[in-house]
Amino acid sequence: MRFLLTDEQREFGRSLDALLGAADTPAVLRAWAAGDHGPGRALWGRLADAGVFALAVPEAYGGVGPLPVEATVACVELGRHAVPGPLAETLAAGVLLAGAGGPVAEEWLPGIASGTAMVSLTLEGSGPYASDADAADAVFTVTGDELRLAAGPGESSASADPARRLFRPEPGGAPVAKGPAIRAAARAAGDTAALATAALALGCGEELLRATVAYVKQRTQFGVPVGSFQAVKHRLADTLLGLEFARPLLYGAAVELAEGSPGAGAAVAAAKVTAGEAGYAAARTALQLHGAVGYTEELDLAWWLRRARPLRDAWGTPSVCRARVLAG
Amino acid sequence: MDLEQTARTEALRTEARTWLREHVPARPLPSLETEEGFAAHREWEALLHSGRWSAVSWPEEYGGRGADLFGWLAFEEEYWAAGAPGRVSQNGVSLLAPTLLAHGTAGQRARVLGPMASGEVIWAQAWSEPEAGSDLAALRSRAVRTEGGWLLSGQKTWSSRAAFADRAFGIFRTDPGAAKPHQGLTYLMFGLRDPGVTVRPIGRLDGKPAFAEIFLDEVFVPDKDVIGEPGQGWRIAMSATGDERGLTLRSPGRFMAAADRLTELWRRAGDPADTALRDRVADAVIGARAYQLFTAASASRFAAGAALGPESSLNKVFWSRYDIALHETALDLLGPEAEVADTPWAEGYVFALAGPIYAGTNEIQRDIIAERLLGLPKGRR
Repeated sequence: MRFLLTDEQREFGRSLDALLGAADTPAVLRAWAAGDHGPGRALWGRLADAGVFALAVPEAYGGVGPLPVEATVACVELGRHAVPGPLAETLAAGVLLAGAGGPVAEEWLPGIASGTAMVSLTLEGSGPYASDADAADAVFTVTGDELRLAAGPGESSASADPARRLFRPEPGGAPVAKGPAIRAAARAAGDTAALATAALALGCGEELLRATVAYVKQRTQFGVPVGSFQAVKHRLADTLLGLEFARPLLYGAAVELAEGSPGAGAAVAAAKVTAGEAGYAAARTALQLHGAVGYTEELDLAWWLRRARPLRDAWGTPSVCRARVLAG
Repeated sequence: MDLEQTARTEALRTEARTWLREHVPARPLPSLETEEGFAAHREWEALLHSGRWSAVSWPEEYGGRGADLFGWLAFEEEYWAAGAPGRVSQNGVSLLAPTLLAHGTAGQRARVLGPMASGEVIWAQAWSEPEAGSDLAALRSRAVRTEGGWLLSGQKTWSSRAAFADRAFGIFRTDPGAAKPHQGLTYLMFGLRDPGVTVRPIGRLDGKPAFAEIFLDEVFVPDKDVIGEPGQGWRIAMSATGDERGLTLRSPGRFMAAADRLTELWRRAGDPADTALRDRVADAVIGARAYQLFTAASASRFAAGAALGPESSLNKVFWSRYDIALHETALDLLGPEAEVADTPWAEGYVFALAGPIYAGTNEIQRDIIAERLLGLPKGRR
């Protein structure tokens, strides 16, 4: 057994962290929230060049995947830097369309791998919303054993995260594939989206913790850093604990997905609820320990604070995940 | 990155499973916190030893199997899945033995480890004192130099299993003039029935004498029972509590087996409409898996040559909190039957309640996490 990332996988994560750390993602997020997807699309292009989207696409279509462990490494970093856009959906589309095969796979998968195609989707049981469908080049829906290309993004609602928009895809649309393979592909795609979202939540939580630790070290009250108070330290210790015990569940699920293990769905659900709750707990800690200024738009921190709860609930609410864990 | 076990680990697992199936008592033994139960558990240790299963990670020359951490983890999974008895020799096997293997002399290892592995000598720990709990370095019990050894005087307390155990180990102040509280301490071993020793059992919450006070009045300890150099006791003890907090005190197998039993109980007795309780059962299953995988990652780092440092404090807070939540969930599933004492779930619950207190309270562990893992400033405790 060697339940550790390889040096190459670690280096991949570090290189994405460096790329995103220099990309000023808060500026990208502000533009995205204002409806300007240009800087976000450009950033996606650079992530594609670094190999991120090819991880979900098979070699036959210009990708290198599916590689769930590497995709998890990548999504943790994308979550750490709050990259906007339908990330989990585009990675899931790689798995969905590869399972469908045929012309729709030929048409879209090479673009997903190369970063020119941004995709959103809904699956049966995944909730009504296709996130960021207005920015996407295609919106797919699966009902039963039928895969359709939606006619348009549909009716929109604002999300609790301003750098995200929710759409109910227009009903109908063009049928593009049908059959039992679609059901299986949709299950695999749902697991991919859930695992990606869990990894985004973990990365988001890690950044919230990092920023909060830095803040309580420099913020002084009563003549000492507030980070020297035990109530503050213990809350941060519990936040770290939550994140550190979510991480092995993520990679355990990724290994099971890679092996096609029959327990992979339950493993993904366990990872999703744990990482989602840990990321959200980190947001609550960050908000409380920043005090009043945390409850404002003044700090970039707000982008991460508003993201943690949508990530906790998208692609499997805690309740849905827990039921799935017990179903086996 | 993989979760595949080696052929050696799988062979050990299969052999353990077969042996345990043939030897684990059909009915649970009486509680090991009673005199009768203690004796029954001691006999079980002898039987385990006869199959060379009482200390699988020790070198073969001392009765072990030289198993690596992965082998030990696999054995533990089988042990608890088989419903085998609690380990009355735990203090010795998982605390004193690693200390002797790291800091003891060849003579000490040869003399102490064999009878420990067979259950002939059961060890208790003697750390805490009435005025030295979380602030262990404030301990006052003294060891004074005498011809050929040391004379121990003072009082130790909260000594688990000391009511029925044979010998004890702990740290004592040998240099009262040392500049700092954790200097001038010495690690040594003594007999609980030696002249000058008085053991007073203390009833825990359920009345069972699970621990005891130890009064020491000029108890002679020969030099051969000093572990490491005199004055180095703190450093040696911290390496032992590092092991305790880390991987070897509570193996994941224990919680995986408990989560399986909880799931069975829920399927049998749970109300399908009670989704709040269902969610807590799911959390027990998820937590066992998280702890198993967290440990697999730690063991992998250790196998790759890394030291296990303050992250063992994360481990301790996690399992102690988890253990209580799991047992509370089981009691809630039992409904009115939960009040019946001496059932396995009720016993497990009382035992679990102590988890956040012993082996370094969870408050101390959180201080360690905050200061050493997050780099927060030291403050008043």
